[in-house]
Amino acid sequence: MPDKKPLSSVNDFVVRFANVNGSGSASANELFARAVLRHGVPVSPRNIFPSNIQGLPTWYEVRVTEEGHLGARGGVDMMVAMNPQTWDKDVAGIEPGGYLFYDSTKPMPSSKFRDDITVIGVPLTAIANSTYTDPRQRQLFKNIIYLGALCALFDMDPKLIEQLIGEQYKGKEKLLSSNVHALHLGRDWALQNLKCPIGLRIKKADKVGDRIFIEGNSAAALGAVYGGATVCAWYPITPSSSVAEAFTSHCQKLRHDPETGKAKYAIVQGEDELASIGIVIGASWNGARAFTATSGPGISLMTEFIGLSYFAEIPAVIMNIQRAGPSTGMPTRTQQCDIIACAYASHGDTKHVLLFPEDPAEAFEFAAAAFDLAERLQTVIFLMLDLDIGMNHRLSRPLKWDDSRQYDRGKIMTAEMLDEGRDFGRYLDVDGDGIPYRTYPGTHPTKGSFFTRGTSRDRYARYSEEGSVYADNMQRLVRKFETAQDLVPRPLQANAAKPTKYGVIYFGSTAPAMDEAIGLLEARGHQLDRMRIRAFPFHSSVASFIADHDFVYVVEQNRDGQLRQLIVNENGIDPVRLVPILHYDGTPITARFIANAIGDHQDHLKVTPLRKAVS
Amino acid sequence: MTYIAKPKFHHPGLEKNALGFIHRDYEGKISTLCAGCGHDSITASIIEACFELSIEPHRVAKISGIGCSSKTPDYFLGNSHGFNSVHGRMPSVLTGANLANRDLIYLGVSGDGDSASIGFGQFAHSIRRGVNMAYIVENNGVYGLTKGQFSATADRGSKSKKGVVNTDNAIDLVAIALQLGATYVARSFSGDKSQLVPLIAGAIQHRGAAFIDVISPCIAFNNHAGSTKSFDYVREHNDAVNRLDVITGRDPITVDYAPGTVQIVEQHDGTKLALRKIDADYDPHDRLGAMTFLQKHAAKGQIVTGLLYVDPDAEDLHTHLNTVEAPLNRLDADALCPGSAALEKINASLR
Ligand SMILES: Cc1ncc(C[n+]2csc(CCOP(=O)(O)OP(=O)(O)O)c2C)c(N)n1
Ligand code: SF4
Repeated sequence: MPDKKPLSSVNDFVVRFANVNGSGSASANELFARAVLRHGVPVSPRNIFPSNIQGLPTWYEVRVTEEGHLGARGGVDMMVAMNPQTWDKDVAGIEPGGYLFYDSTKPMPSSKFRDDITVIGVPLTAIANSTYTDPRQRQLFKNIIYLGALCALFDMDPKLIEQLIGEQYKGKEKLLSSNVHALHLGRDWALQNLKCPIGLRIKKADKVGDRIFIEGNSAAALGAVYGGATVCAWYPITPSSSVAEAFTSHCQKLRHDPETGKAKYAIVQGEDELASIGIVIGASWNGARAFTATSGPGISLMTEFIGLSYFAEIPAVIMNIQRAGPSTGMPTRTQQCDIIACAYASHGDTKHVLLFPEDPAEAFEFAAAAFDLAERLQTVIFLMLDLDIGMNHRLSRPLKWDDSRQYDRGKIMTAEMLDEGRDFGRYLDVDGDGIPYRTYPGTHPTKGSFFTRGTSRDRYARYSEEGSVYADNMQRLVRKFETAQDLVPRPLQANAAKPTKYGVIYFGSTAPAMDEAIGLLEARGHQLDRMRIRAFPFHSSVASFIADHDFVYVVEQNRDGQLRQLIVNENGIDPVRLVPILHYDGTPITARFIANAIGDHQDHLKVTPLRKAVS
Repeated sequence: MTYIAKPKFHHPGLEKNALGFIHRDYEGKISTLCAGCGHDSITASIIEACFELSIEPHRVAKISGIGCSSKTPDYFLGNSHGFNSVHGRMPSVLTGANLANRDLIYLGVSGDGDSASIGFGQFAHSIRRGVNMAYIVENNGVYGLTKGQFSATADRGSKSKKGVVNTDNAIDLVAIALQLGATYVARSFSGDKSQLVPLIAGAIQHRGAAFIDVISPCIAFNNHAGSTKSFDYVREHNDAVNRLDVITGRDPITVDYAPGTVQIVEQHDGTKLALRKIDADYDPHDRLGAMTFLQKHAAKGQIVTGLLYVDPDAEDLHTHLNTVEAPLNRLDADALCPGSAALEKINASLR
């Protein structure tokens, strides 16, 4: 019996699987997460993996959360320790009173355990070896065997897992039955040899509703399909590759002409990011909706072309799935660290529109909207995801589409308009919103053609290096950026339960942790109004929100407080009014972290200064 | 203002092509390049080829990188859209444009600095993908616009204007295009209009990646003794494999009565190339033969010009991607958006 009372909780705990990359554990672990969902209990899983294909440690964490918290919680209640390499660290990471689940085929010295946790040994290798002869089968089914044992320990309904296996191996009867068999091997062993269930339990509930379980990258790719993207050019880089891969598979299912079988899309794996963005710009210049997906190092390479897109006013959509930088940084760890690099990408005076979705549903919506915005504003639009949203499954409200929605193709001068005698100057500000008209190549035999260049030109697209002509153009680009402010998704605001002098600003993948942190902070007696920023350029309400509070915390996942810098820079705000709350070790920010950081700061404010007290 | 517009003056008796266009309809702004620059002669040949082919000028998209050569699209086909992109990156922009609208004619214009140095990768990859385009490199062996540095096509041992000897090996873009599977490969000389015009016309008519390397002396920085890209040098070392005319569906536009055997090369789109062979053994359908021929002559210090290779049954990137016949830029929401019912199904599959 451990010297600490074993943790006991129904539908609210964290299980972490420690595996070796390449051991085939990923699908078994995901099956566990899905099985919990089938019990009607929300989960929030996270992949923690190295930038390596085989051999290095990998973890998969499932937060079981009846409350539906989708951020990471921090801490581990049960560790399924399948990796000898990381054993010590894994055992050390278990919360006091927690559980250690391990393969007990080989005896372990007692020094390898802890006194304050419950140790559960199952001879997984022995069971697998006595049943299977093929080494790969032994390895793969070992994963399903531990899943079976957990099913008994957590008191889960095996029927629901069988159902999932059935869906996964539909039509592959042999695989189906052998997986179900392995599941029961583990479950039966546990029921016969262990005290089941333990303190951590899964009980059927009805808390999932109609929500879907999807990765942000896949949702963004689907947004591109719905948003009418026909050209995708990309170059592989973690964590963005799965956007292009998902776009490919969605298109294969949804975008073939039923009669001819031909593709209503073109996907090119570029030779590098330079080519990828070049293809996007060429396609958009020619009137197709085009995008690329990349990550930080790709953005670095694309910046020259991004400047061209800005200055020559060519639409482009770039999905940046951020990872930890600088340089190669930590390729498989999450951060929100490309804010400045994207907002001001390229040389000279440039500014770009950034969109910050918080979850897969918004990734879908913003991705589709990005194509409208790119064409409306004739500029590059960045969809800023990160590894945490991009490569993890999240529970999300179902994706929605309004069938009456038409694409906003922006200001296009057609042959008819030209024939009517409309004055066409490619860079004329006809409507005062800074957005000029463009013509597609091939529009008209004698009217409307122009030369696109990154070199300075006048309102009629004629090459000119005259200072006043250049300045006129640059001023119009500023007007256009101001127009963008009202076209991009507005920030969302929520007031604290009680009036407060303090606010918090956050964005993107930080949102679920922030939502949960608010509750934790309230429990500590701190009230905060909050604002979730969803786009750059910032809407005017951002400045007023800051003005309305004594000071505002800015929560972000990078070292330098990049969003804070951007707010200060763009709104001329006194930096003292914005308190940075920064998390940047590559793991997703947690509610505990936010609540502690803000809570401690707030506690300090409540301490009466000594001088004041004595005077 | 640094650009110069051409006076709009039309002589009533000017020659018209099959569509009723006159030469002027294929011209652009007045060139701002150095007087005598080889690039201007190439511009003239492009104008001539488009005139002869009776192309609708506005159906051409002319795309370039950065450099003196890349400026030239401004000087021809004034009624078509041009795109002076970034240094060396013309091929990707052209690829994207081509994907968006397969119905236009794509003319890529580049320099040797543009294509053989900074854009070497993009050149190679657009060729290997089989983008349907006429890719013309105006090759002067130097960086013209940045004033005379050696480019990667400068021959080893050739001298710069300042007398510096180039010690690096040269990149032969033609050899590389052949190796990478270009389906139409030619070399010519800016000063040889009678050879260049039909080569350009053939490249435009060709469906697939057509590449022409045109040696184009830089008057300002590379037209001296010691240069292997000067007018004199090229005239002395030029060995043409064939002369050709392009026969479209109609009568031949120009007829060449010069002696020699004639070989008709039929292209996929029905266009026929009539080759007047100078070397009786030369077979422009033999990729390997072309590569060997090129190398043998290069070893002798000879520059082979003419159509070196053509694959009449070439495919292009659209074929490989199996894209619909309608240009992608013309598909609207009805054609592209799977709609809410499909989304409901997707939602259901994710529960
Ligand atoms: C990224 C970048 N690097 C360098 C330059 C400067 N640059 C402009 S043109 C040029 C070379 C032009 O040489 P080439 O392509 O051979 O054309 P030419 O002028 O000889 O016709 C260079 C290096 C640039 N514009 N962009
Ligand atoms: S510098 Fe050379 S390449 Fe440039 S315009 Fe003058 S002659 Fe032509």
